[in-house]
Amino acid sequence: MSEQMPAAEPGPADSAPADSAPAHSAPAGGVSADTVTATTPDGAPKTPGGGRRRFSAGLIIEAITQGSSTVITILAIFLALVVGGLLIVFSNPTVLNDWNHFFSDPGVALTQTWQAISFAYTQMFEGAILNPATVSAAFHGGSIAAIFYPLSETCAKGTPLILTGLSVALAFRAGLFNIGAAAQWIGGAVVAVWLGFGVSLPPVIHVIVCVIGAFVGGAVIGWFVGLLKAKTGAHEVIVTIMLNYVMYSLLSYLLSTPTALQEPGQSNQIAPFIDANANLPHVGGPPPQAGVGFLIAVGAAAGVAWLLSRSTVGFQFRTVGASPSAAKNAGISVERVWIWAMLIAGGLAGLAASTVVQGTNTQLTFNSYGTYGTDGITVALLGRARPFGVVLAGLLFGALQVGGSYVEAATLGQVPADIFQVLEGLIVLFVAAPPLVRMVFRLRSAKGGMEAVAKGWNG
Amino acid sequence: MKLELRGITKRFGSLVANDHIDLVVQPGEIRALLGENGAGKSTLMNVLYGLLQPDEGEILINDEPVHIRSPKDAINAGVGMVHQHFMLVPVFTVAENVTLGVERTRGLGLLDRRRARRDVLELSERYGLQINPDARIEDLSVGVQQRVEIIKALLRDASVLILDEPTAVLTPSETEDLFRIMRELQAGGRSIVFISHKLKEVQAIADTITVIRRGQVVAERPPSTSDAELASLMVGRSVQLRVSKAPAIPGDVRLSVRNLTVPGERGETAVNDVSFEVRGGEILGIAGVQGNGQTELSEAIMGLRPALGAVLLDGADLSGLSTRDRLRSGIGYVPEDRQEDGLVGDFSVAENLILDVYDRPPFASGLAMKPGEIRRSAVAQVAEYDVRTTSVSTPVGTLSGGNQQKVIVARELSRDNKLLLASQPTRGLDVGSIEFVHSQIVAQRDRGVAVVIVSSELDEIYALSDRIAVMYEGRIVGFCGPGTPEAELGLMMAGATAAQAAEETGPSPVGHRPSPDEALELPGATGGGMPADPGGPDLPSAGDTGPGQGKEPEL
Repeated sequence: MSEQMPAAEPGPADSAPADSAPAHSAPAGGVSADTVTATTPDGAPKTPGGGRRRFSAGLIIEAITQGSSTVITILAIFLALVVGGLLIVFSNPTVLNDWNHFFSDPGVALTQTWQAISFAYTQMFEGAILNPATVSAAFHGGSIAAIFYPLSETCAKGTPLILTGLSVALAFRAGLFNIGAAAQWIGGAVVAVWLGFGVSLPPVIHVIVCVIGAFVGGAVIGWFVGLLKAKTGAHEVIVTIMLNYVMYSLLSYLLSTPTALQEPGQSNQIAPFIDANANLPHVGGPPPQAGVGFLIAVGAAAGVAWLLSRSTVGFQFRTVGASPSAAKNAGISVERVWIWAMLIAGGLAGLAASTVVQGTNTQLTFNSYGTYGTDGITVALLGRARPFGVVLAGLLFGALQVGGSYVEAATLGQVPADIFQVLEGLIVLFVAAPPLVRMVFRLRSAKGGMEAVAKGWNG
Repeated sequence: MKLELRGITKRFGSLVANDHIDLVVQPGEIRALLGENGAGKSTLMNVLYGLLQPDEGEILINDEPVHIRSPKDAINAGVGMVHQHFMLVPVFTVAENVTLGVERTRGLGLLDRRRARRDVLELSERYGLQINPDARIEDLSVGVQQRVEIIKALLRDASVLILDEPTAVLTPSETEDLFRIMRELQAGGRSIVFISHKLKEVQAIADTITVIRRGQVVAERPPSTSDAELASLMVGRSVQLRVSKAPAIPGDVRLSVRNLTVPGERGETAVNDVSFEVRGGEILGIAGVQGNGQTELSEAIMGLRPALGAVLLDGADLSGLSTRDRLRSGIGYVPEDRQEDGLVGDFSVAENLILDVYDRPPFASGLAMKPGEIRRSAVAQVAEYDVRTTSVSTPVGTLSGGNQQKVIVARELSRDNKLLLASQPTRGLDVGSIEFVHSQIVAQRDRGVAVVIVSSELDEIYALSDRIAVMYEGRIVGFCGPGTPEAELGLMMAGATAAQAAEETGPSPVGHRPSPDEALELPGATGGGMPADPGGPDLPSAGDTGPGQGKEPEL
């Protein structure tokens, strides 16, 4: 380490008694193992449990001015909304026309602009989170459930995104870039659908079997990637991308083969409806509201969080992710970690498929996999590969999708839902470029220019 | 060129890295900056080189104040710097690298390659650098790469050359070469600022030694100053340069290596039919110039590298066991490259302290880890091993090298070991940390552990070993006792067998090493064997292909 790391080096022990040196030669004799308070070199006692910093106002202010990663993420979202606002204006001919007469009547142009933007974002909020009208309606005998309808729909849309996001995030923490959530999604979907209409089981059991089947279906695909990497050294990015194509083709084949997954009597690539017993139960209401799938996603996030931070398996994953060579020297089998991490990641993507094919009352078609795989990457990126962050990011994207369609309908197509996809892209772009956000909001960089100096010049 | 720093102060938050430092470097002077890791030497030089801006103070060149805001300003002012980590493009040739950024072109933007080659050759000849301008950087040894960096600075007309810990990456013979080059540069009128924490090196090469401690200049001393005085100035208290250790009481054979042959990275035979035994309560030091199979040997013992032959621990064959099982069977392992192999920089101190015991009680039961227990144990180990960190949740990568090494030592020594295998256990550490790590290793020996130390530092081999094995080109060329003269050991490191080496050197008193009984005698007092010591015999260096032997430096 270089000398530019101030915090690390409390300095030589000037005040240490000279006779402390020989004591080191008998480690057992020195400080009793039960001592919980460590002493800093200059003799000042540290507070017990010294590492945990107090959560204070000062800390929050520091986080904001220095731009901690959470703050940067929030600012990135804000920045994307601002740019999105411009897009809304540019796509609105009325407002653009007002701008043509800006010099004769600036007031109109500005009001119209403000109205267009605020209307779109208000509608989005009402469509995706809460519509005040439903609240007042509830007071006058309307349905209370209607208040939660937008939120429930957001959760439902976010469910598969959370799960594929977790899939990418988990692999990422083990040092693997899982581009293949789409292939794993298809693997899970195929198994879940086949078990869904192909076998006949009692109500509760059928659902559980299908969900497990989806996990296994995705896990097999992930496991195969991990196995190839471990045994042959093939890079997982290439393998997963190529497997995506293989799985697209496999799905296409299965859906056009009546003896496989194609619905009898159909010429389109479409699978039969799954057995009613195999559908995930509703929680809020029928689709598009959230079902048990959302609970599965949240449960999976909690599980992944526990796995990563509290389990020996997660410790191995993180060690390999942070430093494969240190992991190897500590006796951790890097290859085994690759295989297991990809297996679990694949399973999570398979669960994402289960929440879609079992949760939305739709038939599996060739286009069902949509963009879940790539969205998983952006969700994981936005959530900074932390399970809790992935849940929030998945919900945000869910809200943008739900709100987007709602705005499109409310503005009669004036504001296309595509704008909100652009918004998703912008958020990820800004999150991926913290210096840009810091520049816009004039934040000091987290550790000063020093960090760059230390890395660039002195190791 | 006269260089003067006046009242340089640099603060990082609350930490004062440089506290009103004054320094004058006269033309043609070799000035050593001596200080522990974290004392502020590199910060000072980064200020001088324009990488950092001082909070107070000024820089004067030939008594004129100058403003150095970037490395470019520094270069224009005649200051050149050779960093610890080289800034070279591996796939470019030497000539391409040295001209990078100052390319000369002929018309139409064509590179003047011939001129670049000629410049390199000319400088190489003038200062005896022995560099082929057409060699690709990736094919060159570290020592030669360093010389390319020096040429880079010379080509930019540096009259003051800053060498930041230049010997940290060099073998003893490469260090010797570097010192010769430094003297030639000095003879050419250039001044050199030599940053180091190695006492013997600064004594050997410097005209004046400036000692820095906690950001302040604490003393300026002539090179004749004793080791003990320099060390105590550096650390701020009196330091034992040599661990006091009782004579070994070897027990039964614990580690037995039989006919071990290990293929290297490129399929060559890195370790060739090596056999040795180590008893409990004994330290075997494996000496040798780096790159003679020591790394492969320790990795093979740990199961990190496939090998032929057998490794037996307390009579049990380890062949076929994974690294994990070997660690479990009672080996403490300190890897050679602590940042790459020994630690995970982003992990906290506490996590690094359980890196290879994370799934064993009391840190885990079944799948679940026990954060409370991990933390409690980490706090205790940090106190016991004197790891200086603000808390156990601090990322280990932010600690100084010495404290990082203490984390590894704490982890590996906290188990009941049968064998301790430590590679370069104190490389890059300051005096205080070396003292500590050495005493911990001796304490392991005294508890009946068999200890193997692999080191390319002869000082370390002498300080610790009860028995010395010398490796050369993948073989152990001989075993000898801890009192073997340095000259004899040097010959063995160059491939001579023990008998040849003894005959060659004769019963020379020069280079005699104190035996462990004379432990408190300072090694410097006997004078022997400093690489640049003109009185010592020339070591034929293993990597040297040229007729460098016997060529006396021009002084």
